[in-house]
Amino acid sequence: MRAAAIASRIAAYPRAGQALIWAGVIGLLFVAALVPQFTDRRDTINLLFLVYLYVTLAASWNILGGYAGQVNLGHAAFFGIGALTTRTLWAEEGFPFLLAFLAAGLASMAFALVIGVPTFRLRGVYFAIGTLAMAEALRITVGNLLPNLSALPGPIIARYDLEPRYYLALALAICTAATVYALPATRVSLGILAVREDEDAAQASGVNPLTHKLLALALSSLFAGLAGGLFAYYHVSYYPSLPFSTTWTFDPVLATFVGGIGTLAGPIIGAAFFILVRERLAVELVEVHQLIFGVLFIIVVLVLPGGFVEAWSRLTGLLRFRR
Amino acid sequence: MNLEPVVQNLVFGLFVGGLYGIAAVGLSLVFGVMKVLNVAHGSLVMLGGYATYWAFTSYGIDPFLALAITAPLLFLLGLALNLGLFRFVTRLPEDDKIKNSLLISFGLTLVFENLAIRLWTADERAVQTSYSGEGFTVADIVFPYTRMSGLVVALAAILILHVFLTRTYTGKAIRATSQDWEAASLMGIDVQRTYVLAFALGTALAGVAGALVAVGYTVTPAIGLAWTLKALVVVVLAGMGSIMGAFGAGILLGEAEALSVYAFGASYREVVGLVLFILVLLVRPQGLFGRR
Repeated sequence: MRAAAIASRIAAYPRAGQALIWAGVIGLLFVAALVPQFTDRRDTINLLFLVYLYVTLAASWNILGGYAGQVNLGHAAFFGIGALTTRTLWAEEGFPFLLAFLAAGLASMAFALVIGVPTFRLRGVYFAIGTLAMAEALRITVGNLLPNLSALPGPIIARYDLEPRYYLALALAICTAATVYALPATRVSLGILAVREDEDAAQASGVNPLTHKLLALALSSLFAGLAGGLFAYYHVSYYPSLPFSTTWTFDPVLATFVGGIGTLAGPIIGAAFFILVRERLAVELVEVHQLIFGVLFIIVVLVLPGGFVEAWSRLTGLLRFRR
Repeated sequence: MNLEPVVQNLVFGLFVGGLYGIAAVGLSLVFGVMKVLNVAHGSLVMLGGYATYWAFTSYGIDPFLALAITAPLLFLLGLALNLGLFRFVTRLPEDDKIKNSLLISFGLTLVFENLAIRLWTADERAVQTSYSGEGFTVADIVFPYTRMSGLVVALAAILILHVFLTRTYTGKAIRATSQDWEAASLMGIDVQRTYVLAFALGTALAGVAGALVAVGYTVTPAIGLAWTLKALVVVVLAGMGSIMGAFGAGILLGEAEALSVYAFGASYREVVGLVLFILVLLVRPQGLFGRR
């Protein structure tokens, strides 16, 4: 019952609890930054890389899906465009990596804004299936136009080092989370939340729904595109249509819902949980992992719409009440 | 110009379209009556395909005769799904209902797909009957028996559904509920019972579609999403809960895809439907399902 005891402490002293959480976060980041210095185990580094990649994807999906309330099932399109941009500019055209990486975010954002104006005319579930259709059409088209395996050129492979990839992934995950953390303090984000709660009421109060949805989309696609750039930097060889596949949408959606949609911590906890469970079960059978997450997802939607984060706050709330 | 390949293509487009139609009708019925968007519909098609395959390989039952077993089996599965899951969302306000049903059925898609991999492996399965690959020829146009029978089954299923919905008391109750559930409930219709029935019927229709997929195409655990998208495209083309319309739109999509092969090449077949879908959604922002 140690966890429960700590929880009740946190509940009893909200200020101290906050300080404790901050200390934990900083400690974790410190450990994360030092991992490559203390271990040479590639599997550990690769696993943590995946966690950071998924944190970025889930947290970026959450900006539009959780805060603006637009269930986007075409997130993979942004990820794929980012990967395609970086891969083409850096590995094929020979541009410096950093430039190609930033271009991934911008290309993805530009694409998102172009398709955002028409697709945001769709509301609710129509937006969801419209974006899914858009991403699938793009995936098939890319698969048709670029059917060949994309492999890193020899000189890059010769210099391939996991460490910068690890740190870039960590930095990107922190940037995404920090952006989400900074959001609630701004007027724009209040507007975005208002649009989520009631689009018509928001409009009546002078909040332009389209502008606010586009802003959320721009941020969301920027980080998803950068995540794609990271993917292109990390993977030695893959088919260009792979980053466009629906997995890159569905996995972050699952992670976000299970962790807690519309919260800062939810996508982070959810993504870490998702990858660690998958890694644990991959040894046995991959499909069991998907099965577990499918069931967890249904349970979350039906009885615990706030995911792990809500479960935690209910637990601490319960303990506070008992005292 | 030689018209023969064009006509042949159109004939195949008709066969494929009939299958699209029957796959979409179930989804349309469920959406129209319950305002529940079941994106696991394609997975139900997949399960119907496996049921047909299983009846054929284990017991040697002809896939078309096996419909007498697979359709009721899927009907029962529909009952179970409704009682276990969708019952909890049908009482929500309409917007929440659509959104939550989308999410739940998305989870279901994962569950069904991975359960199917566990049970039947990821290998491609197809039913090879003694008459598969055979057919008759009229003026150099080939009519394969399996595809022909598939179209006949699809038409028969639609006809039975139409008669049921327009001529029986229960069918009329389903239509009344789809038009206005509050008014229907005031007229003494048990709305929850109607929902259960409509959902199970939709699942049974997915089973029929699955049988036709198993005969004419291949079944793998992963086909769910593709069939859901296909059915969604057709339903959107047809317009809200229009059941007969969904069948017609299915044939329309089949023909559009067949013709697109000439314009863009075979590899863009799937894209044509998806682009058509997005365009139709955009021209009517409320969605073609939605009543203004």
